[in-house]
Amino acid sequence: MKRLLKTFLEKPEIAGFGLLVILVAVFAYLSDGVFLNANNLRGMLGILPEFGLVAIGVTLLMICGEFDLSVGSVFALMPMTMAVLMVDGLSFAPAVFIGLLACAVIGFLNGYITIKFGIPSFITTLGMLFIARSLTVVISGGFPPLLPLGLPKWLFTVFVGPGDLFRVSFLWFLGAAILFSLLLNRSNFGNWVRATGGFLPAAQSMGIPTARVKIACFMICSVLAGFAGMIQVLRIGSPLPSIGEGMELQAVAAAVIGGTALAGGIGSILGGVIGAILIRVIDNGLVLSQVDANWFKFAIGSLTIFAVIANAWLLRRAKSIKIEEGD
Amino acid sequence: MADPIITVRNLHKWYSGVHALRGVNLDFERNEAVGLIGDNGAGKSTLINILSGVQRPDDGSIMVEGAACNINTPSDAMELGIETIYQYNSMVPTMSIARNIFIGREPMKWSVGGIGVMDQKKMREESVRAIADVELHLRSPDALVGELSGGQRQGVAIARAMHFKSKVMILDEPTNHLSVKETNKVIGFVRSLREQNVTGIFISHNMHHVFECCDRVVAMARGEVVLDKPISETSMDEVHSVL
Repeated sequence: MKRLLKTFLEKPEIAGFGLLVILVAVFAYLSDGVFLNANNLRGMLGILPEFGLVAIGVTLLMICGEFDLSVGSVFALMPMTMAVLMVDGLSFAPAVFIGLLACAVIGFLNGYITIKFGIPSFITTLGMLFIARSLTVVISGGFPPLLPLGLPKWLFTVFVGPGDLFRVSFLWFLGAAILFSLLLNRSNFGNWVRATGGFLPAAQSMGIPTARVKIACFMICSVLAGFAGMIQVLRIGSPLPSIGEGMELQAVAAAVIGGTALAGGIGSILGGVIGAILIRVIDNGLVLSQVDANWFKFAIGSLTIFAVIANAWLLRRAKSIKIEEGD
Repeated sequence: MADPIITVRNLHKWYSGVHALRGVNLDFERNEAVGLIGDNGAGKSTLINILSGVQRPDDGSIMVEGAACNINTPSDAMELGIETIYQYNSMVPTMSIARNIFIGREPMKWSVGGIGVMDQKKMREESVRAIADVELHLRSPDALVGELSGGQRQGVAIARAMHFKSKVMILDEPTNHLSVKETNKVIGFVRSLREQNVTGIFISHNMHHVFECCDRVVAMARGEVVLDKPISETSMDEVHSVL
């Protein structure tokens, strides 16, 4: 019994999950149940995947011990690249492929520069935040290009599921969450990611190719951000150069609320997903509760601080539970 | 007589102008425990880092079991059967014992291009056995290494090296920061390496520890070997006098 409790408290996402349950109950009450009705859920679940995909990548990278502040800009750059290519006559599939390839290159550069020159990824990706945003505006030529008609929206943004509750993008999100969760927990690559982020000298002395592991995580993070941006653009119908602004810090907040340690090594994809849901729930719940929407950032901020404190406290509690043989 | 397990010839290493190793020649025989002694900056860590693949020599050669070889990475060293246990621990505190034991050498259920699904059941079972083999008592292979004491962590590192059937085990200041009781455990372990057909290279500041568990003592100073004698033919005073 004690062992079960200990294992439970040691889970990094437990504080975030508790907060989520409480907030959903509070908002359901304050909004007289509107929060949980099908129409509202449909709206919320429809846009969750876009932010959720970004949060998954950022969480994975943070567990590996690095940061990516450029995800918000990459989120805008990928669909803009795609749209510009399609205006030039390319069809959808190759345009998407080239767009995602550009994201992979940005992720590679983020990782390569960070490792090669031994500078903090905070700096590298802060630079990339400006570079990618600038490129987005430059290639758009100042006017967002028009998307051609007949794009395969059925693959990304149409409503499906029981009562048309969510969009197809939700399935992509779910698939990515499961895939990267398995990668982190069941595969040898996941073992290397945790070791690299947990204690770099040990990982190196055991022969882990830590540079390649980090670069791979940077690339996954960028590609997921670009893919998410593409989904948003297909949903709203136009590649605005300003989408994704401020998203990088929200994604870090989501990862941290979900129990990811800033120093790396600790965290879970599920935690990042819970953090992302929490942020969307607050966004939506505040509006429905007729609270001034400008409180949104206030709520995210205090929640981030509170979640980290709660996590540290739970972990101390877990450690203080002594288990004897045979317990 | 069989070749020495490791032969080092004329090994040189410079660090931006500093000549850290000045032509080191050494033989490590099978099943012997060698104590490596020297002050800070004497070159013992450099020598160990070269043997374990962390650094590369600027000149000289290394032979393992009589065959010349290049040790370019820690993985090369491990493949040759050279395992190193570092002062600051080659364990990741935020990971479980089972995951730590198999870092970089995970048993796989299946894999494509080197990446695939780990056999976690096997990892747990073999960890339990490996830990029991070095007479360490831990509650579960799922416990986090960060929750273990310094001595227990060294124990797990040693269990890992034994599990992968190392031929040479390098222990870099393994008794630093340990309690007396735990230090004795580590010393006892170095003594028992012989029976398991493993060569031990034991680096320490503490001469008493070396004289307690080694067959031979090698002293280094200023990048050179200044003394190399069986324990039975020397004394702590003599070793002190050459350092």
